[in-house]
Amino acid sequence: MRNFLAMSVLATVLLSGCGYNEFQAKDEAVKAQWGEVVNQYQRRADLIPNLVNTVKGYASHERETLEAVTRARASATSVQVTPEVLNNPGALQKFQQAQGELTNALSRLMVVAEKYPDLKADASFRDLQSQLEGTENRITVARQRYIASVQDFNVLARRFPTNLTAKMFGYDVKPSFTVENEKSISTAPTVDFNKK
Amino acid sequence: MATTPRQTRGGGKASSRDEDRLSDPLIDRDLARRTGGLAEHARRWSILPGSPWLRVVIGVAILLLLALVVTGARAADGFVAVPAHAARVTDQAGMLNPQQRSALDGVLADYERKTGSQIAILLVPSTAPEAIEQYSIRVAEAWKLGRKGIDDGVLLVVAKDNPSSLRRLRIEAGRGVQGTLTDAQSKRVLQDVIAPHFRQGDFYGGLAAGMSAIATLLDKEHFPAPPGAQGSAAPTDGGIASGSASASGGVAGMAQTAGAGGIPGNDGSNATQNAANSGATNGPGSTGGATEPGRRGSGDGGGWSAGWLFPLLLFGVFVVLPMLRGGSRRGLRRGGWGSDATGVLLGAALGNALSAAAHRSSGGSSWGGGGFGGDSGGGFSGGGGTFDGGGASGDW
Repeated sequence: MRNFLAMSVLATVLLSGCGYNEFQAKDEAVKAQWGEVVNQYQRRADLIPNLVNTVKGYASHERETLEAVTRARASATSVQVTPEVLNNPGALQKFQQAQGELTNALSRLMVVAEKYPDLKADASFRDLQSQLEGTENRITVARQRYIASVQDFNVLARRFPTNLTAKMFGYDVKPSFTVENEKSISTAPTVDFNKK
Repeated sequence: MATTPRQTRGGGKASSRDEDRLSDPLIDRDLARRTGGLAEHARRWSILPGSPWLRVVIGVAILLLLALVVTGARAADGFVAVPAHAARVTDQAGMLNPQQRSALDGVLADYERKTGSQIAILLVPSTAPEAIEQYSIRVAEAWKLGRKGIDDGVLLVVAKDNPSSLRRLRIEAGRGVQGTLTDAQSKRVLQDVIAPHFRQGDFYGGLAAGMSAIATLLDKEHFPAPPGAQGSAAPTDGGIASGSASASGGVAGMAQTAGAGGIPGNDGSNATQNAANSGATNGPGSTGGATEPGRRGSGDGGGWSAGWLFPLLLFGVFVVLPMLRGGSRRGLRRGGWGSDATGVLLGAALGNALSAAAHRSSGGSSWGGGGFGGDSGGGFSGGGGTFDGGGASGDW
C-alpha cells in the first residue's frame, strides 16, 4: 500500500513535470475549437435551403448555379470530421475541400443574384444574405482560433522536453487548415482587355 | 564611444585629484578652466559628449526614442493596434465633439448600469490593411465586452476612411446577444439606421440612433439583471449628459492648449474628449489621448504602452534630467557661467514640462497615450464576454 502510494505520487510528479497535463488541456482546447468550426459550417449549411428557395423565386432559370449549390451542400454535409479523426490529415483535407467547394458554389450564386434587382430588394433575401455573410465571418474566426490552438498543441508536441512525453504517449502533431486555393492565390490573375 | 572609458581610465587618478581641487571653493575658476584635459574630464563625467546644451538635447532625444520604441512595439506587425480600453466611446477619428462623445458615453454607461450589458463604440480613421471584420474581432477579443458567461457585449466600429472594399461599419455582436441582435438585424441597424445619418455627415445622430436601436433589440432578450441595479437609482440620461458636458467644457480649453504645439486637431480633440470623459464619469485619474510618439508608432496608444510610458516619464524627470543637470553644472564650473546658465535653465524648463506632462497624464490629458483610467481609475473594463465573429458589416 505504501509502495503504491509512493509510486502514484512519483508518477504524478513525473507526469505533470513533463507536460502530460498540458497535453491533456491543449488537446481538449483543440477539440473545443474544432467543435466550433464544425458548428459554424453546419450553421452555413442550414442557411442554404432557404437561400436557394428564395433565389429560385426570382431566378428560376439559373438552375445550374442553384443545383451546384445544392450538390455542394450535400457533399459538404456528408463529410463529418469528428475530433478523433482530427489526427488524420487526409480526413481534414477532405473536409476542407468539400467545404471549399461549397464556398465557391455559394459565391457564384451571390454573383448571379446581383443580376436580379428584384431579388436584391427582397427583404428575406437581404436577411439571408447578411446571415450568410455573418456566418462566413464566424467560420473565418473559428478557423483562426482552431489554427491557433493547434499551433499551441504542436509547439508543445515538438519542443524539448515535452516532445519525449508526446513520443511516449503517441501525441502526434495535429494537422491544421491551409489556404484552400493556394495555387490560384499565388499566381497573379491575367487581365485581358481584348477579349470581348 | 567604446574607447572613451579605456582612454580615460589611464588618467583616472589625476582627474580625480582635479575633481577634489575643483570642489574646493577657494580654487580660482579661471585657473581651473585653463587647465588642460578639463574638457575631457567633463565629457567623461556626463556620459554624453558635447556641451551641456547638447547633452540635454541628446538626453531628451534618447527619452523620446525610448518612448517611441515602447509605444511603437505593438504596431510592429503592420496592423492597426487595438486601442486602450479606456472609455465606452473611443474616438480616434475626430468624428465627435467632446459634448457628443461624453453624452453617448453617459447613455451607454447608464445602460450598462441598468441592464448589465456592455455596448462600446470605437471610431478609428482606418483599419487598413485589414478588413474591418478582422480588426473588430481583435478589438472585441481584447476588450472582452459583456459579462462573463452571458456574453452580452456589443461593439460598434466605424473606420471613417476605409476604402469600400474593407468596409466602414461593423457591429460585433457577443455570443449572448445574437438571439435578438441577429446578423440580419445588425445589418439593418447599420444600413437603415446609421448609414442614412452618416451619409449626411451627421455622425452623432447616426451613432445615437444606432445605439438606441441596438439597445431596443437587446431589451427583447432577458438577461440577468446586474447586481444592485434596482437600488442604485441611476441618474437620468439628461443629468449625465449635462453634467459631463459642463465638465468637458472645463477641460476642453486645457487640453486644446496642450495640443496646440504641433499636434494635429484630431489628437487634440481626442485628448479633450478622453479628458472630458474621465472628468464626467471617473473623476480625476483617467485617460489621455494619443501622444506624439504614440501616434507616430501606432496611431494610438495602448494601455500597455501607457503603463510603460508613465514610469519612463518618471524616470526621465527624476533620474535622467537631474543627472543631466548635474552634469551640466559640473561642466559649468570649467565652462564659465553663460553656457551653464542656459543648460540649467533649459534643463529646468524641460524638467518642468516633463513633470507637468506627467502630472497631466495622471490627471487625464495628452501625454499618457491613453488608458490610465482603465487601469487605475476603475473606469471601464470588459466583463469577460466572448465573441464568435457574428454581426454585420456595412457602409454608407
